[in-house]
Amino acid sequence: MVWEELRFQALLRHADDRLVLGHRLSEWCGHGPTLEEDIALSNVALDLLGQAKVIFEQSIKTDLKKRSVDDLIYFREIRGYRNVILVEQPNGDFACTILRQYFFDVFNRLWLNSLQSSIDKDLSSFARSALKEAIYHERHTKSWVVRLGDGTKESNERIQEAVSVFYPLSYEFFAQDEIDQKVFSKGLLPNTACFENVWKEEVALTLLEATLQFPKRTSTQMLRGREGRHTEHLDRILSEMQSLARAHPGASW
Amino acid sequence: MTSGKVVDSLWEVFLQEKNNSGHVHVGSLRASGSEEALQAARDVYARRGSPISIWVVLSESIVASTPADAPSFFDPKDAKSFRYPNYYKVPRTLKDA
Amino acid sequence: MTEASRQFDFEGRIARDEKIEPNDWMPSRYRRQLVRMISQHAHSEVVGMLPEGNWITRAPSLRRKISLLAKVQDEAGHGLYLYGAAETLGAEREDLINRLLGGDARYSSIFNYPSVTWGDVGVIGWLVDQAAMVNQTMLTKCSYGPYARAMIQICKEENFHKRQGMEIMAVLSAGTSAQRAMAQDALDRWWWPTLMMFGPPDEESPHSSELIGWKVKMKSNDELRQWFVDLAVPQAEALDLQIPDPELVRDSKTGHWISGPINWDEFRSILEGEGPCNRERIESRRESHFGGAWVREAARAYEEKCRKKKALERESL
Repeated sequence: MVWEELRFQALLRHADDRLVLGHRLSEWCGHGPTLEEDIALSNVALDLLGQAKVIFEQSIKTDLKKRSVDDLIYFREIRGYRNVILVEQPNGDFACTILRQYFFDVFNRLWLNSLQSSIDKDLSSFARSALKEAIYHERHTKSWVVRLGDGTKESNERIQEAVSVFYPLSYEFFAQDEIDQKVFSKGLLPNTACFENVWKEEVALTLLEATLQFPKRTSTQMLRGREGRHTEHLDRILSEMQSLARAHPGASW
Repeated sequence: MTSGKVVDSLWEVFLQEKNNSGHVHVGSLRASGSEEALQAARDVYARRGSPISIWVVLSESIVASTPADAPSFFDPKDAKSFRYPNYYKVPRTLKDA
Repeated sequence: MTEASRQFDFEGRIARDEKIEPNDWMPSRYRRQLVRMISQHAHSEVVGMLPEGNWITRAPSLRRKISLLAKVQDEAGHGLYLYGAAETLGAEREDLINRLLGGDARYSSIFNYPSVTWGDVGVIGWLVDQAAMVNQTMLTKCSYGPYARAMIQICKEENFHKRQGMEIMAVLSAGTSAQRAMAQDALDRWWWPTLMMFGPPDEESPHSSELIGWKVKMKSNDELRQWFVDLAVPQAEALDLQIPDPELVRDSKTGHWISGPINWDEFRSILEGEGPCNRERIESRRESHFGGAWVREAARAYEEKCRKKKALERESL
């Protein structure tokens, strides 16, 4: 694979994570458990979609097929999507949404923190501003994880269930293939292996504070989101998200 | 209006818009505790502009004057002209530094 | 002070355009009417999230998706500001919401129409938000301080809502023939319901004269409706779209655009709950509110534990 394609593919993974998760959070708009939290979730969604936009814009600089950001979002088939499986999981209840988000937020904060030293000046300056958002996201979701875990029996059971379902999916944040390794070695994107243990320790401390049990199963090797092998959930997201744009090919909006 | 039910506390939100300005009341929100209130204030009332500080105060903690207090609290203040600089006559030649 | 002299004092303050503040004496009817009006307004903001929210996940470009999400989020914020204003009158948000969910409170009739195409998203921003702005601009001068201040904040934020709607309409109108048809169809369906947003004609408006007397409302329903029509007609022309009113004419003496007759039977049946989406709008709000009850309980239980823990720590010192 030529460097341009490697760079494009590697950035696409992180743009897709944020697009799909931002999309999922936006499904809450108008349906939050309180007005305050409805607004808070939309803020996170807007931040993630904004981050996705910047990373897509960076990625297409080396797209050999010269596609636009909207081409990538609206006209790519499911097998071309490169997000981790965790972010395409359905919102479920508020506990599921918060826990999924917390796992991502810790990862995102560590990733952006490290991206600040990218050799690419555009990416490092993007990382500096996005990191501020990520720090707040984590503060917000972490405090909810603790509240729900150490709240009522019902809230504890709900978020405990989310922990056992989602924790094994976090494996994919740190899985590496040849593409990842090449962009790490060039200093373009962070080496996620460097902060895998930090992620695990911080999450474990939060679970402890939230009086939640560590899950029995902690990883699954079956996930291949980075290779474009997704669950049916992403198919449903795309058929909704892309429906209008695809009904009017060539139209501008 | 209030029955025996349990609801989240009401908090008043004050925003400091820029350096060296005071905190100004911008509205209220409901939250179970102070961290939740502070975060909600950030999410609801600081979506635009670039405020530099937020206060959240339990509404019930605010002590306010009542309309009945107003005449005796505020009315006589304009009578105290000796509190204002124009009350004092200074020769023109004696300029302020 | 006697009741009569308080009433006299209150009326004097209204006449002098002084704002009435939460701790001030006010006639109980003034308070009741304000709670009714502000909470209806708050409910409208929150229910109003649903028709547009319906399109966030299908917005046809990333730019549109972000703008629409930010706009619908603003409506939640506006609902919250307004519930806050109502709470200054001694009403509780929880009670007000329960009345909405129990079917005992009203919200704007417009949100009981379905939003079935992307054109509807454009028209809601262009016309529905513009109509709301006409109404809200007037309310910034309302005699009740917290309501007036909430309106000032809301008007400031809503400015972008109308513009994003107009932009969508302009792009559709200049787009493919299918997009143009989408824009015209949306205007055809939303024009009359938007005119109904200003409420029944003056001679049938039950609360109007009292509210105008208190300077809660500054203009009558028909005056506001006229103001809106005069704004919208030239805009439709600029967008090269046809307003679905064959009787629409310009009065050469006054310069006003005069609409044909409004179907008030349709308006009344929507208020009585027979609109195309009344049931599902309330059902959706019920699901979110009651479905989220366990979250609010958990947060309170956690805070209670924290308080107890702190108290124990203090005792052991």
